[in-house]
Amino acid sequence: MSKRILKHIVLTCTVLLVLGNAVLHAQTDEDAIMMAKKQFCIGGMYGYGSWKNYWEGTLKRNNLNLGTVSNQMFGFMGTYGVTEKLNLLVNLPYVTTKATAGTLHGQHGLQDASLWVKWLPLEKDLGNGTFSAYLIGGFSFPTTNYIADYLPLSIGLHSTNLSGRLLLDYQVGRFFTTVSGTYVYRNNITIDRPAYYTTEQINSNKVDMPDVATEQLRIGYRSSYLIAEAIATNMNTLGGFDIRRNDMPFPSNKMNATTVGVNVKYTLKKVAGLSFIGGGGYTVAGRNVGQSTMFNAGVFYILDFNHSEKKSDRATKK
Amino acid sequence: MKKILLSITVLTMAASVILVACSKKVEGVTDNISALNPANIDLAAGNWKTVLLTRPDTFAVAAPAATNSPAYVAELNEIKGAQSSLTDEQRSIIKYWSAGSVLRWNEILRDLVAKHNLPPYQNDDGSYPIPTAANPFNYPQYPFSNPPYAARAYAYVSAAQYDALVAAWHYKVQYNRPAPYSVDSSVNALVPKTALPSYPSEDAVLAGTMVAMMTMLFPTEISFIQQKVTEEENCRIWSGANVRSDIVAGEALGRQVASVFIARGKTDNVSKAVGTPAQWALFVTNALAAGNTPWYSLETPARNPMLPFFGNVKPFLFDSATVVALRPGPPPSATSDEMKKEIAQEKAYITNAPRENMRIVQFWADGVGTYTPPGHWNAIAANDFIAQNFSEVRWARNMALLNMSLMDAAIVCWNTKYYYFNPRPTQLDPSIKTLTGVPNFPSYISGHASFSGAAATILGHIIPANAASYTAMAQQASDSRMLSGIHFLIDCSTGLQVGQSVGGYGVKRAQADGAE
Repeated sequence: MSKRILKHIVLTCTVLLVLGNAVLHAQTDEDAIMMAKKQFCIGGMYGYGSWKNYWEGTLKRNNLNLGTVSNQMFGFMGTYGVTEKLNLLVNLPYVTTKATAGTLHGQHGLQDASLWVKWLPLEKDLGNGTFSAYLIGGFSFPTTNYIADYLPLSIGLHSTNLSGRLLLDYQVGRFFTTVSGTYVYRNNITIDRPAYYTTEQINSNKVDMPDVATEQLRIGYRSSYLIAEAIATNMNTLGGFDIRRNDMPFPSNKMNATTVGVNVKYTLKKVAGLSFIGGGGYTVAGRNVGQSTMFNAGVFYILDFNHSEKKSDRATKK
Repeated sequence: MKKILLSITVLTMAASVILVACSKKVEGVTDNISALNPANIDLAAGNWKTVLLTRPDTFAVAAPAATNSPAYVAELNEIKGAQSSLTDEQRSIIKYWSAGSVLRWNEILRDLVAKHNLPPYQNDDGSYPIPTAANPFNYPQYPFSNPPYAARAYAYVSAAQYDALVAAWHYKVQYNRPAPYSVDSSVNALVPKTALPSYPSEDAVLAGTMVAMMTMLFPTEISFIQQKVTEEENCRIWSGANVRSDIVAGEALGRQVASVFIARGKTDNVSKAVGTPAQWALFVTNALAAGNTPWYSLETPARNPMLPFFGNVKPFLFDSATVVALRPGPPPSATSDEMKKEIAQEKAYITNAPRENMRIVQFWADGVGTYTPPGHWNAIAANDFIAQNFSEVRWARNMALLNMSLMDAAIVCWNTKYYYFNPRPTQLDPSIKTLTGVPNFPSYISGHASFSGAAATILGHIIPANAASYTAMAQQASDSRMLSGIHFLIDCSTGLQVGQSVGGYGVKRAQADGAE
């Protein structure tokens, strides 16, 4: 039983900058951790990603007229435990982009807000460990009228997305494995120009944004004060087209990426509810995306809206 | 476990509902427009003034078979056979082409321009490969359809199609053979009926012109265009609008008229427009000798300037001496106080640019991988012409007037750019980061402003009710280049004036071609 409680009181919020433009994942929606009832975890995140090489279709190249393209993310995140088995998550990032060479002006602005509902319908002892299954639904939407059709320096793709995720977790002692699969439905976007070329000329300012499927594997150590894990993520765009030779990227490109990374979270013993996280990642394979190297760091604090008995409950677990 | 399975099922079903409910297929603005049904069939167009043809009957078109001849009856039977088993795909092809042949070929040409408008990737030694017509399929494919190249392509195709249709109208009236659906009531008319004689087929004339022009303009696309030609020609038979002999005579006429334009294209100086490294260096030497700051490429590695001798290409609307006469006076020196102010203004434009400025910049950018500014004005014109219900020959005439104006604006503009060889804002102040790509040619005068001034002037003449809005659009297109940090005010304001002067020659031609 104590294993389950452990999982309920720790939280990870990390950032994964997958693409050349900043795409934010609050990993609370990708991990097997739940907030306890009436607990509200808030936090601030900083993320940095950069790439010098990118894949033009399947061809890996650099671009002397971009140099190194980087993005920074400053994010606010919150997770609230409606019940032990139902959490609500929100996050909102502010993103800046920059290229070290060439003449193109960087961009900055508030990006997409996302809301997630995370449900734990099943949790049971299995063999020597605990098996749990989560269903997670997400909705994200652009909060500002930022420009999407300005890759690789736009701060996002400006689509409104619906995500469905199945996540399975198995923990034995303090070691765990998490696998998840996600389907992201992306709404069409409207761009500023009246026509554009994909594999043919489209005389419209609407862009068909292909959907995205993601699979993720996380393996690591999880205790009440320390989480350390390795993460592998594979993202596939279900449709879209390749950047042509020496062309610019476009929001509906077929953007695929395989990334690996590590993530550490440490919760202070002396200050209840305060935790720090840090992590890094690297894109090992891709298509129409930058080969990003990513770092992130953040601080989180749990506000407990329970009565004192609950707090003492937590204290007993130390 | 049951719970999980149930949940997965619910999730999957919800996802499927979303996918089915929201079809994401984007519809182009002209994908589903109705069939062209011109208010006036312009029967007298055989007398309109042609561009290159000396006479409308320069190329003979043999008299067609009589509609009661066995040969013609056999052709009617071909239509009836086709109509007895039309597939949905055939019907959609009929619908596509019935919107107007000039319109569709113009759209296809815009597609080809966008497809081929990609600057070559550099060689290992930092030089850039030059596309060559002698080896069009090798990387970099020929052509690189940059704005001047595209302006010329639109003009040649449009002007050739116009001349070919004038010739076609001449023979239509001379032979006066009615359309199959008028001859035989058991032939269904799957396109709007017209009193226009059907021999030779105007659709086939345009198709033949287009495929022939491809040998000069987009040699890698001949096979693609040939498929479209076959499609269009067949659909005219399926629709009951033409018999096969209308098609055969039309395509032959179109190809012959195109040959006159191809011959001109071989000697219009475009083959010398790229220049040589020695010539490129001479621009710098000359500018320095004159005490000016020479332009240099802002790309890494430095790219050879785009078509520096395009300014010597032979124009359609006036002679080469007029090009020189239309060239404006010099811009202020790059080191003058006036230019310092302009540099500061550019810096201000790109610093915390409002979203609306970004929108304007992107709307008019028409950069790499697009149909170029001339293509954008073709799209604007085409969308407005649709509402005018022009006959095909008037569509062709108006497109020719627009595109000859655009090409000649490109010639005067390029002539000016390389005469003064003036630097871009970012060259004079590297802290000016731009909101769109910096084109790889000198700054003075703006190509966008020149194109837009010319287009707005001739389009305002063709559709006077829209004149004010075309002027406003041209102004915005011109402004967009300043707002993006890639042009000075002097480049844009002078470019607009030059464009308007060129457009005036288009108007003069329009007033004298017999169509008004």
